[in-house]
Amino acid sequence: MNGPHTPAAERGVGEVPDGPGDAPTSPAPSAEQAVLERIERARRRKPRVAEERITLSHGSGGKATHNLVEALFLEAFRNPLLEPLEDQALLHLDGEHVAFTTDSFVVSPLFFPGGDIGELAVNGTVNDLAVSGARPLYLSAGFILEEGFPVQDLRRVINSMASAAQHAGVKVVTGDTKVVQRGKADGCYINTSGIGVLERPERLSASAAREGDAVIVSGPIGDHGVTVMLARGELDIESDVRSDTAALTPLVELLLDAAPGTRCIRDATRGGVATICNEFAQASEVALVLDEHRVPVRAEVRGASEILGIDPLYVACEGRFVAVVPGDQARPAVDALRSHPLGEGAEIVGRVLSEPRGVVLLNTEFGGSRIVDMLVGDPLPRIC
Amino acid sequence: MCLGIPGEVVEVGAGRPDLAKVDVSGVRRVVNIGLIEEEGVRPGDWVLIHVGFALSKLDEEEARLTLSYLEQIGQAYEDELKALSRSEIE
Amino acid sequence: MRFVDEFRDQEKARALAADIAALCEPRRQYKFMEVCGGHTHTIYKHGLEDYLPEAVTMVHGPGCPVCVIPMGRVDDAISIARQEDVIMTSFGDMMRVPGSRGSFLDSNAAGSDIRMVYSPLDSLKIARDNPAKRVVFMAIGFETTAPSTAMTLLRASDEGLGNFSVFCNHVLVNPAIKAILGSPGMALDGFVGPGHVTTVIGCEPYGWIAKDYRKPLVVSGFEPLDILQSVRMLLLQLREGRCQVENQYTRAVAWEGNPRARAVIDEVMELRPTFEWRGLGSIPRSALRLKEKYAAFDAERLFDVPGVRVADPKACQCGEVLKGAIKPWECKVFGTACTPETPIGTCMVSSEGACAAYYNFGRFDRRKVREASRV
Repeated sequence: MNGPHTPAAERGVGEVPDGPGDAPTSPAPSAEQAVLERIERARRRKPRVAEERITLSHGSGGKATHNLVEALFLEAFRNPLLEPLEDQALLHLDGEHVAFTTDSFVVSPLFFPGGDIGELAVNGTVNDLAVSGARPLYLSAGFILEEGFPVQDLRRVINSMASAAQHAGVKVVTGDTKVVQRGKADGCYINTSGIGVLERPERLSASAAREGDAVIVSGPIGDHGVTVMLARGELDIESDVRSDTAALTPLVELLLDAAPGTRCIRDATRGGVATICNEFAQASEVALVLDEHRVPVRAEVRGASEILGIDPLYVACEGRFVAVVPGDQARPAVDALRSHPLGEGAEIVGRVLSEPRGVVLLNTEFGGSRIVDMLVGDPLPRIC
Repeated sequence: MCLGIPGEVVEVGAGRPDLAKVDVSGVRRVVNIGLIEEEGVRPGDWVLIHVGFALSKLDEEEARLTLSYLEQIGQAYEDELKALSRSEIE
Repeated sequence: MRFVDEFRDQEKARALAADIAALCEPRRQYKFMEVCGGHTHTIYKHGLEDYLPEAVTMVHGPGCPVCVIPMGRVDDAISIARQEDVIMTSFGDMMRVPGSRGSFLDSNAAGSDIRMVYSPLDSLKIARDNPAKRVVFMAIGFETTAPSTAMTLLRASDEGLGNFSVFCNHVLVNPAIKAILGSPGMALDGFVGPGHVTTVIGCEPYGWIAKDYRKPLVVSGFEPLDILQSVRMLLLQLREGRCQVENQYTRAVAWEGNPRARAVIDEVMELRPTFEWRGLGSIPRSALRLKEKYAAFDAERLFDVPGVRVADPKACQCGEVLKGAIKPWECKVFGTACTPETPIGTCMVSSEGACAAYYNFGRFDRRKVREASRV
């Protein structure tokens, strides 16, 4: 029978459409449209936690995490400072504008190429402050240690915390230590809280993006997530990828100097760039349209993602941010970012449209379009 | 249904005769080549990997044929577009 | 040649799209089913529908192994996992599939140890590393995956690894296609055939589709250009009045498949008299079980498996979706009660399920977006 290489003689190209999919693709647009609207209404419903027990999905940074935060924590603690659900709270204390945040670190393994839990614990909290435009100043450090944890490992973790703190210009000024029985924790967990001062005039907000803005990513995405997934060793994949963990303070400064109209910045940790873009689109009630071919992804990260069947857009970074800036400030912003080693790979990856509201769209490398939704559950390896 | 990804064999017999190390855009993993052993797997060959097993060898010649066939369609399309734009000018 | 990027080229896609549009006869509608969930994933992930004319509709078939697992089998797996000293392993896609009383993730939250693996060989390693535990691999998948399970089991047998067993849920692609072709109101014009299944079984086993049902089938690769070319080959067959099995995926698929892989399956597995498919009901001789010879590795024999048949949830129309009778968004609970976070039907679980793919990737009005993008 025939292979694909049949002679092309039979082809008579009649009408030539002027682009892919010029004609509407759905035979029943009104019915489909009604369903789409019904779904959007359902998505705006008050979140609730339907599960009886906490599952790993609740910690993945995606939809289940959002539901947990909004349905449980926000309900219980509701106040105007918490309500914006930014990465940090902005406080007005005695005439000073202060940013305050907290973060816990439970990464496994504790040591991985390019960093360790200690470095993450400092940089993660520093970054949650920095992306508000604040200058991070002081950290607390709480340790939960498992009985039997080698002191030598603890020393290593603490030393890298100290060096990360020095590098980021912050001081660890208070702390706490608890030890739990063997088997009740995975070696070492760290919580850090941090405060910083807002000396700049800019007030950034996830709800500030508007039509005509540009979306910027500060460098190649997914390095950290892939590094940790591979470092666990269960997948038996070798690579030279290293975590991107870094303090973003200097990069944020450069960005705000070059693009003073910057609307919002978030560091793309759990849930990756896709999740941050969705948060911006929903909070600002706009559409973010990304161009797949502009999104920087290292070849190795792409390769590992192919093997695992996951999408780098959802893979965590620990030293990258996503920013929305006014369209006319995008170029200078990227030029400024690229002047710093941490921002060498910065790219304008997309733009903001008014419709469809609350949605992130992707123009694929292949020339098609699709939605990029919030992450549901962990980015599980897809084999089938 | 069945994710299969192309990888280039970089080493055969990594520890066992039915294992090979493959490279997928810069990351490497050992896969089992027991299902295609008889085809003779050598470094430089490309294989299709599914859940840690190589399912088949990829045929570069066939891949080129497919692409050059698509190229021809593209050429016919280009010609048609040119003809179309000429006809509009007249 | 890297066998990936070359098959994602926009220029070639535009040319193919033009050619496909030209091959469609005026006022005729074409419905092609891509049998394989991997194809469904490719179609949505790359936005391939933007290249297809209005006249061509892709119907997303039953070829997602996760989507066709009935609730009862998930319950069975969980009941095994809850037994003393058991570590259950399966592919990541299985973790969120709902049983009648929750998913693997829920079961883990309640104390089970169900782990995600990338390869069945990883389960073997877990078994070696945990000699005091009984390690059960929940095997799912079509003929593509069955050889890997079989090879793993043979290895376990060679090593005399007594604490490893397989809960076998391997299914066969042809009986599913037959069930679809036999269901009333079916109006398909042809099939985009499952490329990776065919690397194993070869092209010959689809002959009956062309011969008995007069439907063309083109075995297709998984890059977007592969699928576009396959659609074009189907249209060509229809235009020329042919009904044949053709192979677009010649770079990976030999016409005769992989005899060694089939021999390995035959060594370890045999046909089940019948197997229940999610949404499609019981289909005779549509799945594989372990042979008596390997009873020592058969979780169904080693464990007390309830094997209770659980009816699909009433509101769920997965079956209709799998048969291509309705589009995902035409299901009554689509996107409201049934979403990827709280799936009712399995089509909403796996990223290859028709519903999840549409919900995650395609849930927007293409025309609106095109208009907005042009601003």
